[in-house]
Amino acid sequence: MKNLMNIKSQKQIADHIYEMVLEGDITSSMKTPGQFVHVRVSDSTEHVLRRPISIADINHEQSQFTIVYRAEGAGTRKMSALRTGDSLDILSPLGNGYPLEKNEHVLIVGGGIGVPPLYELSKQLNRLGVKTTHVLGFNSKKDVFYEEKFRTLGETHVATADGSCGTEGFVTDVIGDLKDDFDLFYACGPKVMLKVLSETMDLDGYISLEERMGCGFGVCYACVCETARGDYIKLCTEGPVFRKGEIVL
Amino acid sequence: MNSERLKISLPGLDLKNPVMPASGCFSFGEEFSNLYDLTQLGAIMIKAATHEPRIGNPTPRVAETSSGMLNAIGLQNPGVDHIIRHELKYLESYDVPVIANVAGTAIEDYKIVADKISKAGNVKALELNISCPNVKEGGIQFGTDPDTARRLTSEVKEVSEVPVYVKLSPNVTDITAMAKSVADVADGLTMINTLVGMRLGRDGRPVISNITGGLSGPAIKPVSLNMIYQVRQHLPDIPIIGMGGVADVDDILDYISVGADAVAVGTMNFTNPYICPELIQELDERVEEMGLNHLHDIKGRAYKTLQGSGF
Ligand SMILES: Cc1cc2nc3c(=O)[nH]c(=O)nc-3n(C[C@H](O)[C@H](O)[C@H](O)COP(=O)(O)OP(=O)(O)OC[C@H]3O[C@@H](n4cnc5c(N)ncnc54)[C@H](O)[C@@H]3O)c2cc1C
Ligand SMILES: Cc1cc2nc3c(=O)[nH]c(=O)nc-3n(C[C@H](O)[C@H](O)[C@H](O)COP(=O)(O)O)c2cc1C
Ligand code: FES
Repeated sequence: MKNLMNIKSQKQIADHIYEMVLEGDITSSMKTPGQFVHVRVSDSTEHVLRRPISIADINHEQSQFTIVYRAEGAGTRKMSALRTGDSLDILSPLGNGYPLEKNEHVLIVGGGIGVPPLYELSKQLNRLGVKTTHVLGFNSKKDVFYEEKFRTLGETHVATADGSCGTEGFVTDVIGDLKDDFDLFYACGPKVMLKVLSETMDLDGYISLEERMGCGFGVCYACVCETARGDYIKLCTEGPVFRKGEIVL
Repeated sequence: MNSERLKISLPGLDLKNPVMPASGCFSFGEEFSNLYDLTQLGAIMIKAATHEPRIGNPTPRVAETSSGMLNAIGLQNPGVDHIIRHELKYLESYDVPVIANVAGTAIEDYKIVADKISKAGNVKALELNISCPNVKEGGIQFGTDPDTARRLTSEVKEVSEVPVYVKLSPNVTDITAMAKSVADVADGLTMINTLVGMRLGRDGRPVISNITGGLSGPAIKPVSLNMIYQVRQHLPDIPIIGMGGVADVDDILDYISVGADAVAVGTMNFTNPYICPELIQELDERVEEMGLNHLHDIKGRAYKTLQGSGF
């Protein structure tokens, strides 16, 4: 479960957003989109907690995978200073990802730093022959990333809160105007976005949630979320992907 | 690893080595059994058991701090009956002593849990969690009032079939008064539990939904070392399992040097899930390098040197 990965490259792709490509044998065990890795940001004991980051892109031929993250807090800022050739200690692959169902046409909705895992998801769905339409929401033009990459996989719409790129407003403003019939939606992003999507769309779907983690593999009970039945389950082992309606948002 | 240099015998516990995971940082062992062979461990301190199931606190339950973390899990656990039937049953297949962490809000609760869980075959000792800072109206009163702590311990002793260790809270003004008060009723001490703390987010509000959380990790090691050192001056013979920020072999040697008999590793299991077996291996090598016949040859050297004796 614990592996030292070799950093193949790291570059900034938007405001505070970094894309890091990692190489190592553990890549072969990464199958399901939506799973995450738990990153130790430095060898010292200064940061005792790892950072959960989604797997954004898997390249089995080259034993490489990609993470895309926002460098904002103390730990992710340290990660952003790492260079090609440095190593990164990760636990992986963790969690349950998105189930791949063989539908006709699905809607993929990402908000901000929730966008990355949806790229690998869309790749795999397209490989299965599923048509994907993507709606990506950001705050502003400077925050937008992966728009072109999603475009190679299917119709892609961008919404920004300040209107500086794509539609002005939220992902829901774009979705309201889409005429297609979707069989299912897949989403990842801020809780409010997931809540609005779940409540306003008459469509079944899968959502990926976030919670603060201690261990990342089910032992500390830090990361629980409340189910519709009223109990707490662990997001790191039962999630982070859940069926719409399963979790109280 | 089966090294004579590391074997330690404490009430109820024949330890292959003095390293064990601390309560709440290892759940009930099943997840770790997928990572390494649990029989390497000196013992396992399982997550707190309460009489009724507990759902715990709302999230966020953890926050990172400099060289440490805060937690306010709120003792989420499936209740003692479930733990005996499932979690402890699972651990039976591993030849490793279990120390059961017992929590509650009233003396009666503690007695019910202690009575039941001490009858499980693999439970070799109890650890009375009188000090969890995260449960309202909870253990904290037991943990900060010497007379109540003593009464609780002696009542639990009456029903327990295995030795009872008391886990001391550092959130007191006089740790030695607490230790002395329970010393003649308890079979041993474990110390320390977490220190009450707070972290604010960028919005100026506490990160943890419980507002306060228990501070653990390397940040608290100096506090723990001092407390064990102080208690040891008054109670030269009581078994003590030390904990607080153990991250490497030097930390273990420090704990033994201030007079602890064994150590538990908590938070660092999250940072490095393989830390316990790694430390056991390295500790054995280090003790050999130091030319000691047994790890306990350096036990108490922190005060013995001051007193001018050999070590
Ligand atoms: C399953 C999962 C997948 C994620 N995938 C991505 C991703 O692909 N890209 C990305 O940029 N971010 C992702 N996140 C969020 C990311 O984990 C946090 O942004 C990051 O941990 C913050 O660390 P920091 O060092 O910047 O902040 P600090 O403030 O230094 O963090 C302090 C502590 O709080 C935790 N924390 C702070 N914010 C969050 C948060 N939003 N969610 C969970 N823990 C948090 C940190 O892990 C750390 O333990 C994901 C979160 C989860 C739970
Ligand atoms: C997430 C978490 C949960 C804990 N749960 C318990 C518990 O259930 N019972 C208990 O007695 N101590 C509990 N503790 C305290 C630890 O057992 C230990 O005393 C403390 O964390 C100090 O050790 P450390 O610095 O190595 O973590 C918990 C600590 C953490 C970090
Ligand atoms: S993060 Fe520890 S149980 Fe999920």
